[in-house]
Amino acid sequence: MNKKDESRPPPVCNESGIEIKPVYAAEDVEQSGGFDRIGAPGEFPFTRGIHKDMYRKRPWTMRQYAGFGAPAETNKRFRYLIENGQTGLNVAFDLPTQVGMDSDDPMASGEVGRVGMSVDSLKDFEIAFEGIDLDKITVSLTINGAAPTLIAMYLAMAEKRGYDVAKLRGTAQNDILKEFIGRGTWVFPVEPSIKLVGDTILYCADKAPLYSPVSVCGYHIRESGADPVQEIAYAFCIARTYIDHVLARGMNIDDFASRLSFNFDVYGSLFEQVAKFRAARRLWATLLKEEYGAENPRSMWLRMIAGGGGAGLTIEQPENNIVRGAYYALISALSGTQTMALCCYDEAYTIPSEKAARISLRTMQILIEEMGLCDTVDPLAGSYYVETLTNQMEERIRTAMREVDEQGGIVQGVVKGSVQNAVSKQAFERQKKLESGETRKVGVNCYRIEEEERTVEYHPFEEQVCAEQIDRLRRLRDERDNEAVERALRRVGDDARAAQNVMPGIIEAVKAYATVGELTKCMADVYGRYQEPVCL
Amino acid sequence: MTTQRKKRVLMAKPGLDGHDVGAKVVARALMEAGFDVRYTGLRKSPEEIVGNAKEWQADVIGLSLLSGSHLPFCQRLGELLRQHELTGVVWVVGGVIPEEDVEKLRAMGVDRVFPVGTPLESITDFVRESTK
Repeated sequence: MNKKDESRPPPVCNESGIEIKPVYAAEDVEQSGGFDRIGAPGEFPFTRGIHKDMYRKRPWTMRQYAGFGAPAETNKRFRYLIENGQTGLNVAFDLPTQVGMDSDDPMASGEVGRVGMSVDSLKDFEIAFEGIDLDKITVSLTINGAAPTLIAMYLAMAEKRGYDVAKLRGTAQNDILKEFIGRGTWVFPVEPSIKLVGDTILYCADKAPLYSPVSVCGYHIRESGADPVQEIAYAFCIARTYIDHVLARGMNIDDFASRLSFNFDVYGSLFEQVAKFRAARRLWATLLKEEYGAENPRSMWLRMIAGGGGAGLTIEQPENNIVRGAYYALISALSGTQTMALCCYDEAYTIPSEKAARISLRTMQILIEEMGLCDTVDPLAGSYYVETLTNQMEERIRTAMREVDEQGGIVQGVVKGSVQNAVSKQAFERQKKLESGETRKVGVNCYRIEEEERTVEYHPFEEQVCAEQIDRLRRLRDERDNEAVERALRRVGDDARAAQNVMPGIIEAVKAYATVGELTKCMADVYGRYQEPVCL
Repeated sequence: MTTQRKKRVLMAKPGLDGHDVGAKVVARALMEAGFDVRYTGLRKSPEEIVGNAKEWQADVIGLSLLSGSHLPFCQRLGELLRQHELTGVVWVVGGVIPEEDVEKLRAMGVDRVFPVGTPLESITDFVRESTK
């Protein structure tokens, strides 16, 4: 090695393992795949965004994750967020609801209304959305294991309030495969779980064609330890599983693909994330067009919520999370997201306070109103660095997808637990790098304040809210038409046994005020319950 | 040379919460530090956890709790440990635990609380020391 080499800056790799050069030029773009495939915004392959005018026409939807206690308390928080300029809702459910249990289930003890809103029946949905105009505010339900029941409740509630379900917009997370990898709110075994996702897609395509029944989440896989390339690759493999399932049931790709959406994470290096999203958009469009023969451009759109960034936030010096949140929002805006939600600065400790939620909202509003982020589409396009990285990330995502296929596919990986195992191994490596200082984290392994005073307020948990919720549930069971409930539940069970779509039966059941727990039990009697392959 | 059996750590996730990245990271750190580690998987009741610990003759029980429901769970788990005369088992709790709850957990029998942000080394050191 000569002297000249020694004076060069040390090599830098991004998290996805791509070596970053100190300077980029046109030939780097050429060598990595060229400028040709960038295209124009709103045109295939949509590298620059799915809409021609993007935020000039309408800024991204602002949709903070919110929900706690009983539905009436959550309704107050919803109204507070809307009064402060939020344009969508993103509902957090408590754990019993998420895993399909009623509030009075013995396993639910201590968890009712704790990390989200408690829902037992349609009545709770009526209270939660009271006074909210569902035409103006689109609602996203963060629900997976119990998604068929909760989607049915949302549609039934809207219909009851006089909305035309055929024109109703909204989203459910309903991505069960990622729950087996991270987050863990599974209920049924893998195969029937995929079938249920298929049921919701088929039902919505027919009855609620503007509703997005699935939001495929790379987000939680990334939070569980995956790198940005794997985040997209695993999510696309999962999305393909749902698509293949629905195609096998006789649908045409253009009848439902436009209603699939995605949920991705934004923490990490800014340019790597922006390139990740641009690459993902292009790759998704290409897959849909070339592999699935989609003809409608909307089927090729990668619509997404990009936000969160929980794994990037720290419990140390929590105010730093406000700054991180602002950069994450910037990443998301530069990436051409449709919807944004930010983790709040106190979220590493507790359910966000009103103030913390408002700061997140203001962060997005400042970008829109003051920083010029809505003025022009895909402002980083043409940057030698960003275009090179976009080409390289696309190639790596393709390779990662191929590797999953070669190892037997994502479903096999989930059933055996090998995907979970690989991701959790990476989480451990990530933590070790953090503790050794190899990965720098401000306030954690550098610029620490020892004996730090933390001024975060914990969200108060009201024990009596839980007791009242159980009380209301018991009253409901006394007051409703129990014959109608039993009839409807029998139909759901029969349809499940006959491998029919269970959604029409579930709609009928929730309208008769059947509960989340009753519907889960009725399906579990047919499908069984998931047995986790415990692996380290 | 006598070969001593490795000390056993049962890592458990009580309740309905499915976020187990932390539990698995700590489990791996303890394995690397030379312990025999088993992870229960998700959604375990205090009864199941104590049953597993007893059957496997665990030296240490580690609970990971992020959902805010640590007090009712630990209350019940403490009662069960006493019932089964397992108070000699080292019991540690990690996760999102407010400072004001640490003393309450100690009173229930928890030997040590490791809130979010605890370095892995502090955990492995404590477990090593307390199982000597």
